[in-house]
Amino acid sequence: MTTALAHSPAAALDFVPGAPPPATLRADIWRGIAAENPVLVQMLGMCPTMAVTNVLANGIAMGVATTFVLVGSGLFVSLLRKYIAHEVRITSYILIIATFVTLADLLLAASFPEISKALGPFIPLIVANCLLLGRAEAFAAKVGPVRAVADGMGMGIGFTLSLAAMSAIRELLGRGSLLGFDILGPRWEPWVFMVLPAGGFFTLGLLLITAAWIDELRRRRRALEAK
Amino acid sequence: MSGHAHHGPPSAPSAVAVTPPATAKAPEVSSWKLLATLAIGGAAAGLLVVAVYKATLPTIEQYAAAKEATAVREVLKAPARWDTLYLQKGVLTKSPTSGEDRKGLPKAYLGFDADGKELGAAVTAQEPGFQEEVLLMIGFEPSSGTLIGFKVLAEKETPGLGDKIERDTSFVSQFAGRIAPLKGVKTRNATDPSQVQTITGATISSRAVIRIINHAVERWQPLLAAYEKGRTK
Repeated sequence: MTTALAHSPAAALDFVPGAPPPATLRADIWRGIAAENPVLVQMLGMCPTMAVTNVLANGIAMGVATTFVLVGSGLFVSLLRKYIAHEVRITSYILIIATFVTLADLLLAASFPEISKALGPFIPLIVANCLLLGRAEAFAAKVGPVRAVADGMGMGIGFTLSLAAMSAIRELLGRGSLLGFDILGPRWEPWVFMVLPAGGFFTLGLLLITAAWIDELRRRRRALEAK
Repeated sequence: MSGHAHHGPPSAPSAVAVTPPATAKAPEVSSWKLLATLAIGGAAAGLLVVAVYKATLPTIEQYAAAKEATAVREVLKAPARWDTLYLQKGVLTKSPTSGEDRKGLPKAYLGFDADGKELGAAVTAQEPGFQEEVLLMIGFEPSSGTLIGFKVLAEKETPGLGDKIERDTSFVSQFAGRIAPLKGVKTRNATDPSQVQTITGATISSRAVIRIINHAVERWQPLLAAYEKGRTK
């Protein structure tokens, strides 16, 4: 992790309008997982983060579906960036994103019907996740297809990991199980509130504090090394 | 050709001087071009979605049919076979007139044992629970209103409390043999066949199940009786 982060210059963290600074593919992927994690750092896509993370399987499925849409829309936005006129770019991005969301919804319903039913309207609602439009506008539309796909992968993996962490905590404490398998045994009294909305806010808060704390530790270490 | 145009004014000595204005301000694009971009994009996206929809539809329908069959088997206590009846124009019929509309029609399943004896009917019914609509499949004997069983097909009740209407086996199993209209009570009087014990902490959800069953039996009993009458004639 540290070696990969070393490739991404600290300056890349400051948002500059226009094209993103050149970076290695590894840095493009790692950015979404750590330094610019969609949930823990950018705080995008909070709605699905709260809504579907009551059990681990749902969190992972939501993450994978979003990754599919991120990669697919990133690729097409990047490939078509020279043909999409500036005036209609947002409409075009939404069109591309909506297409991939519909595909993800249909494919999920055909392959994992139970999960598809549990996620209900939240798969179609990926289209309204600002993470998608954000990456299309800020990144994919300004770089080549390879970098756009790498960024989509990274952001998707980062999103999936955050959702998986959240839903693992919530399912374990709220139901005593993980992926439906009983872990804590029959003597565990489930903390029902963890699978309810309140538990979502609580868990997200804990994760955000942890992420900010790790970030702070790393910054202090870096400052010490610089001296 | 373009070389002539660019090198025209002497004040622009090199290509470096010519390019910045072009990138600084995007040229006006005609509305037709914008329209064409969106039309082509929309058509391509539509084609792709239709292709994937067509490809996944059989699997999705197969799954829905399998799920329905499992539910019918469960609420009618494993019938040897069953007839699917469609409610069309207020009458139950085995073969509705327009084949295409079949999917949208309300359905009842009439189950039989291996000897051809009628076991009961299974119907689906949906009404509000504690949070959202609760969808049940209910198996009962149409003539007496005696319940065979029920299965929750969809619910969004409170996890750990309201969802006991699906998970609490002692709640679910007590419905077999009870006679509708049912009454929800805290402690059951064993001699009254209409009483059902509600779940502590899930009273509203339990009552919703009872209400849905009562309404369904009330609605389907006369329809099924009319169908029986027409069949035996």
